[in-house]
Amino acid sequence: MSDFIKIINVSEESYDTKSFEFRWDEKASPGQFIMAWVPGMEEIPMSLSRTNRIKSITVKAIGPDTRRLHELGIGDSIRIRGPYGKGFDIRKDRKTLIVGGGVGTAAVMPAIKETGADTIIGARASNDVIMDDIASKYVKNLWISTDDGSRGFHGNAVQLMKEKASSGEYDVVMACGPEIMLYHLHRACVDMGLDCQLSLERHMKCGAGVCGCCVMDDQRVCRDGPVFTRDQISAMKDFGVSKRDECGRIVRLG
Amino acid sequence: MTIDTCVGSLKLERPGIVASGIMDETGASIARMLSSGAGAAVTKSIGLQPNPGHRNPTFTEVKGGFVNAMGLPNPGIDLFKEEMGAAIAGGKVVGSIYGATASEFVTLAGKMEEYGATAVELNLSCPHAKGYGAEIGVDAALVKKIVSAVKSSVSIPVWAKLTPNTHMLKEVALAVQDAGGDAIVAINTLKAMVISPEFGKPFLSNKFGGLSGPAVRSVGVRAVYDIRAAVDVPIVGVGGISDWRDAAQYIMAGASAFQIGSAIATKGVKVFDSINKDLEDFMRDFGYSTIKDMVGVAHE
Repeated sequence: MSDFIKIINVSEESYDTKSFEFRWDEKASPGQFIMAWVPGMEEIPMSLSRTNRIKSITVKAIGPDTRRLHELGIGDSIRIRGPYGKGFDIRKDRKTLIVGGGVGTAAVMPAIKETGADTIIGARASNDVIMDDIASKYVKNLWISTDDGSRGFHGNAVQLMKEKASSGEYDVVMACGPEIMLYHLHRACVDMGLDCQLSLERHMKCGAGVCGCCVMDDQRVCRDGPVFTRDQISAMKDFGVSKRDECGRIVRLG
Repeated sequence: MTIDTCVGSLKLERPGIVASGIMDETGASIARMLSSGAGAAVTKSIGLQPNPGHRNPTFTEVKGGFVNAMGLPNPGIDLFKEEMGAAIAGGKVVGSIYGATASEFVTLAGKMEEYGATAVELNLSCPHAKGYGAEIGVDAALVKKIVSAVKSSVSIPVWAKLTPNTHMLKEVALAVQDAGGDAIVAINTLKAMVISPEFGKPFLSNKFGGLSGPAVRSVGVRAVYDIRAAVDVPIVGVGGISDWRDAAQYIMAGASAFQIGSAIATKGVKVFDSINKDLEDFMRDFGYSTIKDMVGVAHE
């Protein structure tokens, strides 16, 4: 469960986002995550952006820990634990639409590869769009949305999803992105009678279902999730509303 | 034949209890554990002030179990009122508390009683929090003072959770008995360390942590056996229990009930239901009509 991996490749996905590839024989499924640590940082959960024998994590430099990971290069080691959590439930008989928002796109990449499903990648601006080059190799229909309209659809990924799904041809939406995006996406799916599976995020410590610090209502994001079904999410009072800090105190989402 | 049991005056319909620190920081999560076949659940250890705990890394798998140094994260006793409200709706909840002095324990225990706790469990045994837990729980005189003070301030049962990281276990157990403690809970985790060879550094941010899981079970069974030989206080056994056979060992060593922690992660919340069923089968096969009939039989 815990291992040292050596980085075999680093790719720049955008001005602030890099993918780190490594060989790791542990079996992992799309939507699962690992805990990653090197000395000088706090251990953090990272979604796997590749889940074959060659695996990868995709890191956006947004804080001290992710910036520490960005210092790493080929040949450097990372201590990882996992893979953890319940990923996407991929079924061939259901027509799927995949939505990735911002760096959340990394978490849906393995599902994109496995299903070849129609995909929306949303971002703030054209230079924030990541991994569209990889996605385009696997899917027939790839649509981009940007909040500022600098590339593709002018608007957010949920607006574009509603437009694309209005035909009724999809059975399920799989998505990962900021909670505000997922919140509206979930509401849209409920309104449209469309099923969905969303990958959620909370502050994690053990990652393995022990400590209970990442719970949303009574569900552990690390173990019962991070991918939850539409109905599980409908039952969560915390979703889109509040999270717990490292003390376990309730914090309202902004 | 029945698997209900008593820890002193406290009656439990089922002998398995959720150990402190496992999925028990929030009310909803505790209520979920109680609906899974546990007879009661112990809360995360709660202190006077909100505590973020240690920085990550705080946890890792090792051969035979887990090593953790969460560092007693909790929202503080005042905010915990709301969590307790949601938790006790699901069943019996034992409030775990930690403090540095007898008066801190008294304040915390009073609040837990007010919030509806079935009992309080004094954390005298956490191996990775400076000034708390095991650092005070190996001092028999201080343990006696704390347990006496809490006993005289609340009317719910007072349990003392002890550390195996001492050669003074018998003395500490006697201190609990002298102070009128209602039960001894044994054991907490074994003080431990994990080093990452590739980096030449300890893995946990706190360097030291506590080992739990199957690796500590035989230490726990021995500790319970020693405590039973030394005192008459009811015992709750904990440490590395994941099936009926583990639970039976603790009961036969002298425990009236048992707690489960790490196995909830490895086997899932259904671990209580499966132990309850298997323990009943064992009791039927071997002619034990109650848990009480099994308690301490290994001493005879």
